[in-house]
Amino acid sequence: MPTFVRTEKCDGCKGQDKTACMYICPHNLMKLDKDGSETGHAMKAYNQEPEQCWECYSCVKICPQNAIEARHYADVVPLGASVQPLRGSDSIMWTIKFRNGNMKRFKFPIRTTPEGSIVPYAGKPKVTIADIDKPGLFDTEKEFKCDKSQLICLK
Amino acid sequence: MAEGTFGNPEIVEEEVDLLLIGGGMACCGAAYEMMRWIEGTDLKVKLIDKAAMDRSGAVAQGLSAINTYLGDNDPADYARMVANDLMGITRDDLVYDLGRYVDDSVHLFEEWGLPIWKTDENGGRHDGSKKDLPSLKDGGKPVRSGKWQIMINGESYKWIVAEAAKKALGSENIQERVFIVKLINDKNDAKRVSGAIGFSVREHKIHVYKFKACLLAAGGCVNLFRPRSVGEGTGRAWYPVWNAGSTYAMAAEAGAELTMMENRFVPARFKDGYGPVGAWFLLFKAKATNAIGENYMVRNKDMLKDYPPYGLAAVPASCLRNHLMMHEMKEGRGPIYMDTPTALGALAETMSKKEIKHLEAEAWEDFLDMCIGQAGVWAGENIEPEKKASELMPTEPYLLGSHSGCCGIWVSGPTDLGAPKEWSWGYRSMTTINGLFTAGDGVGASGHKFSSGSHAEGRIAAKAMVKYVIDNKDWKPELDTPVDELVKEIYTPVKTFLEHKDYSTAIDVNPHYITPKMLQFRLQKIMDEYCAGVATWYQTNAHMLKVCEEKLEMLKEDSLKMRAKDLHELLRAWENYHRIITAEAHMKHIQFREESRYPGFYYRKDFDFVDEENWKCFVNSTYDKKTQKWSLKKVPHVDLVAKAK
Repeated sequence: MPTFVRTEKCDGCKGQDKTACMYICPHNLMKLDKDGSETGHAMKAYNQEPEQCWECYSCVKICPQNAIEARHYADVVPLGASVQPLRGSDSIMWTIKFRNGNMKRFKFPIRTTPEGSIVPYAGKPKVTIADIDKPGLFDTEKEFKCDKSQLICLK
Repeated sequence: MAEGTFGNPEIVEEEVDLLLIGGGMACCGAAYEMMRWIEGTDLKVKLIDKAAMDRSGAVAQGLSAINTYLGDNDPADYARMVANDLMGITRDDLVYDLGRYVDDSVHLFEEWGLPIWKTDENGGRHDGSKKDLPSLKDGGKPVRSGKWQIMINGESYKWIVAEAAKKALGSENIQERVFIVKLINDKNDAKRVSGAIGFSVREHKIHVYKFKACLLAAGGCVNLFRPRSVGEGTGRAWYPVWNAGSTYAMAAEAGAELTMMENRFVPARFKDGYGPVGAWFLLFKAKATNAIGENYMVRNKDMLKDYPPYGLAAVPASCLRNHLMMHEMKEGRGPIYMDTPTALGALAETMSKKEIKHLEAEAWEDFLDMCIGQAGVWAGENIEPEKKASELMPTEPYLLGSHSGCCGIWVSGPTDLGAPKEWSWGYRSMTTINGLFTAGDGVGASGHKFSSGSHAEGRIAAKAMVKYVIDNKDWKPELDTPVDELVKEIYTPVKTFLEHKDYSTAIDVNPHYITPKMLQFRLQKIMDEYCAGVATWYQTNAHMLKVCEEKLEMLKEDSLKMRAKDLHELLRAWENYHRIITAEAHMKHIQFREESRYPGFYYRKDFDFVDEENWKCFVNSTYDKKTQKWSLKKVPHVDLVAKAK
């Protein structure tokens, strides 16, 4: 199910050097066609290698114009269905349209804290290099509640 | 130097103390642990990701469950489960060690904002947005879909974990969109790495890093076999399509010992979309059946007796479940179905309308959180799971070390668990090459780490790396190959293209070069037809492997003639080079191990049995990049916790 970009909705992220979809695609698929020489649509993004698309929807979810959708892969799936998300700050809404016209809508939480609010070491113990030979990770108990009697080679 | 061009890139050289290659769960965990330890020191760190950390690695799309959370379970039990699922040959030291740390990573995820489903005091279950239930750390009860798995609302799982890692690192220490393609050994010590080289896929720049220690955690290997879908669906691999075997190939070329590269994972998943089945089996209690409604695990249960003790455990090894399923297909009783209507119907019997609606949402969320493509297949085929069963199918083979597979690199283990002294050479998670560490899919002979375990394993490695760097404070890295020679090698596909592109009028058909795409097709065809792919029902023998070997050698020669017409194609060229080296390791290991250790994943038809007496051992290999030859050997296996016999 490769993603595709709606011509009328994509604004090329307003002429910036790279688009949101280019930034995010884990497989380097999205490309901005600056002069229109590759697609006939200047300053619009496109999926340059649809048969390598994992359908992870990273580009669909990040596009500020909601210009990206997916068309289920043509060699496998009958035409006419769509699965489209709208990702907010704490939840995601999905609209699923079946080939026969049936619709389903779901909303799921995605995050319990505001985006960007993580303070990585807030309330965590401090360590120094002098502690590096002690067992455990920097914030874990140094002695674990394991049943070490089960380790049969331990003398 | 002037700005680079496509044919003449700019060279950027940088020296750091610690280099992280990859941006997935393992490297995010490593970054988080490492930066705390080196606070206040002048140690320099850099993380290099070929994509963007917010959505890179195997968790890019999200997940609907965390598959490793021990809770009240003992790590010894975890080691036992992992060993049985992987047919007895795992490193208990590595698995046990991970088991005692992994929950801490899960607690961090929850603290950072990952919604985790909870069970209330009456046994009712709630999604992770319900904030009045205690956190796991404070005694909150997760919703267990199995003994080791907990359910989450994980659409933003990677986004959240990356946020913590990025903040810990600082943006100045992160380089995205640079693909590292080679490690460089040290000039004065061939058993040591001191550098890495790669290129930007955005600018005409080659990056050369020197370091004291590096974490190589760039995922497993996908698309080395011909996939079942070969059109647009090629990308719909079960594991992420961008996992190109870079971890194994770069480690092998640096001289690191690999282990269990014969192991592979062939997940049985919903057909074509490769949607997850775990929640259907474990949470919704669905049964998989043959075409006439028979539970093939029951019908064929005597087949499990051929493989004691692995077939006789409460949950038989994953490969054996495939073995029984494929028997039905070969006997003509396919397709195989996941009986979703019966399962949902049974659950709905005691539920209110509202609860049934919630159950339906849970079933869809399982796909939407981690495999949206499967939801697309259902929508396109008008499948509503409460009304219509869905087909299951074993996929093409995958190589990985973090999910239900155990191929990877041989690493130094913990010293306090009674492991043989040969399993530990000082620095935890270090490979047999000094300064080269790995985690996640990189660590072999373990498995069943999944997302949380990979994060924890990255943390374990990071701490040891800091120690290594402190111990080697005055050591200066020196590359064994001049930078201009390395640059020339890396940009060969570009030079080849520029030199020959006008020879023919059709850009893709030219006797002087091969496109990365065609090379990949050739690799997939060879592996599929000779190395136990889907074309032969995962069967091979010594004769077929011999042919495979010859064809791979010629393919490797031709890989030097790959072309790159742009930076995107240069990325694909090097990914496919890594796939070839990984595929070669896989083939050599299967050739060496004269038994069928993983029935259902692959069969050596000339040795179609599990041979506990002669092959209950690790197989390790090394690659000599000068002679391009592999050496393989048996390494004794030892149980550190008692197993069923």
